[in-house]
Amino acid sequence: MIPILLKIMRTGVVSEAPPGPNEDWRARAATIQDRILRILGRALVIRQVDAGSCNGCELELNALNNPYYNLEGMGIKFAASPRHADMLLVTGPVSRNMEQALRIAYEAMPDPKLVVAVGDCGRDGGIFGRSYATCGGVANVIPVDVVVPGCPPPPAAVLQAILTAVAGAVDETPGRIGP
Amino acid sequence: MRIPGMPQATEALPGAVPASIARVNAAAWSEAAVLARRSGCRLVAVWGAERRDRDAMLSIFAAYATEQGLCMVELPVAAANPVYPDLSGVFPAANRMQRAARDLLGLVPEGVDVDSRPWLRHGAWRDGEFPMRRDFGRTTPPESTPDDYAFVRVEGDGVHEIAVGPIHAGIIEPGHFRFSVVGEKVLRLEAHLGYVHKGIERRFEDFAVGDGYRLAGRVSGDSTVAYAWAYAQAAEAVLVVRPPPRALWLRALMLERERVANHLGDLGALGNDGGFGFALAQFMRLKEDWLRVNEAAFGHRFMMDRVVPGGVEVDPGPARLEELARQAHEVLREVNTLRGIFDEHSGLQDRFLTAGRVSPSLAHELGLTGLAGRASGQAHDLRADHPAPPYDALKVRKVVHQAGDVAARVNARFDEIGESMRLLTAIVEGMPAGDVRVALPRARDGALGVGWIEGWRGPVLVVLEAGAGERIRRCHAHDPSWHNWPVLEHAVIGNIVPDFPLINKSFNLSYSGVDG
Repeated sequence: MIPILLKIMRTGVVSEAPPGPNEDWRARAATIQDRILRILGRALVIRQVDAGSCNGCELELNALNNPYYNLEGMGIKFAASPRHADMLLVTGPVSRNMEQALRIAYEAMPDPKLVVAVGDCGRDGGIFGRSYATCGGVANVIPVDVVVPGCPPPPAAVLQAILTAVAGAVDETPGRIGP
Repeated sequence: MRIPGMPQATEALPGAVPASIARVNAAAWSEAAVLARRSGCRLVAVWGAERRDRDAMLSIFAAYATEQGLCMVELPVAAANPVYPDLSGVFPAANRMQRAARDLLGLVPEGVDVDSRPWLRHGAWRDGEFPMRRDFGRTTPPESTPDDYAFVRVEGDGVHEIAVGPIHAGIIEPGHFRFSVVGEKVLRLEAHLGYVHKGIERRFEDFAVGDGYRLAGRVSGDSTVAYAWAYAQAAEAVLVVRPPPRALWLRALMLERERVANHLGDLGALGNDGGFGFALAQFMRLKEDWLRVNEAAFGHRFMMDRVVPGGVEVDPGPARLEELARQAHEVLREVNTLRGIFDEHSGLQDRFLTAGRVSPSLAHELGLTGLAGRASGQAHDLRADHPAPPYDALKVRKVVHQAGDVAARVNARFDEIGESMRLLTAIVEGMPAGDVRVALPRARDGALGVGWIEGWRGPVLVVLEAGAGERIRRCHAHDPSWHNWPVLEHAVIGNIVPDFPLINKSFNLSYSGVDG
């Protein structure tokens, strides 16, 4: 037990301020957190769906949960069921074999049904394109609020996309794309 | 590079990998498998190719690992009746690869008790259509609904099924697991994969030989360096070109950094699945530090697209290299502290020890490969067995354990991190000077090349054939997970359902890598 406590003590708190385009990011993040509270209740709950990814994006989404990004400290957490989720975070060029499962997950989610398409593949199929086996971007299958490009997008960019989607929901910004 | 006792002539292939190919008839195809089994060779991959543009034939290929290197066997079959002798009776791991070849090309294995269920085809294309054939795609695709998959049913008093997936509870790739259980005890697990089939092998044909590395690096994103290097080896064999020595050393630097990054993540997740959240926080912190230095030194957190045919895309300067060596030293020190904590944690060891055990004899029988294989006494590591430069100068020490349980796979990761850190230091010290990339000549139509790299999960194979006009005619990229998924099903038998996530994580297999 003592080595564990020593290690925790020596490691300290490594969590960083959330990333942002400018210096007033911290304030903005705080505002967004207020909005999350106001609109969605206590927290933002995300269901992640890999709809055909190469698993590169999953590495970065897992990294979002590391102590540096302190996601849960912002009131954001990942859930196991879409029925508990406010947002779907979808990766991959949607494979034809995952198309139906993705639709079912989307339909199971309660309002506001936010969707963030992650990565170049989630945007338009990326390097895999659209083929006999893939539907291309996520918006070809379900409505998408925010697209975050990158191969894979780093954790900070995904976090930004999540906050952008929430801000959009709060302000009722139009701009949802999809079928 | 021939299977001991095989009489057929083999043609040696150029390139960094010791490899050869023999073109055989159906009888010799079966005999090669039996001889390979008898002499201790291992099946590496089975795949098909269309060559009807040449001679109205399809081909089925098998690749075997021999003492000297890789021996490929090609059996051409008539497109009108594309049947070939089944290999799964000799090498059980052939089962799913043969089913994939049937779904993609219509190649049909013939034998006793051949599993004829589709594997990659869930309903995205019709039975009797084959996406890897050139005449595919004339009909409108059907509505994509998964065909009812015929899982094997376990009958008996109190037996029930638990169906999991394709979407799993967590940030993980999709696949379906069907457990047959009594109470908490698992009687049988059957996986049904193929959900992330993206048509990668067909997609390769849209690329030029010099450009396919980007797609290869996305077959399984967590092994992007291993795939890109294997692809580069194959492309360099096709193009008959040699990368400069410094490029090879930088590739090894990236490959070992990829190995360490994945092992760090797995150790954290394994601790977490054992109920020890401290481990997840600590190891994920170390992994993040590691990835940030990747970004600084190579311009990408996972080093995607940094290994290219002809060399590497980026050359970190001496100061950066020093930083990499320093970080290896520092992170190893922290890992050793954490290992001490793991070893002393009785609750964690109680979860790890004896869970998900694969005995060395079962591992040999089923062809368990890579890291998981080495944790079950299968002492194979390409870096030591067939050391291509710079590994010939680095003298990799293989990590082998015999227990074959979760604890052995955890310890193998700790040991491999230690060895990789030693290699990283030696690579920085021995780094030759010079260019890091050479220009590529034109690809010759019909040239064949092989790449074979020991990624963090196991050996990655890329077999590449050039077509007309610099195009890729056929590229088969093979993930070690093909062999290990079926063994996972054996590893969980007799364990309790709540131990499945832990056992699964200890293998950490790729879905994308096998679904293609």
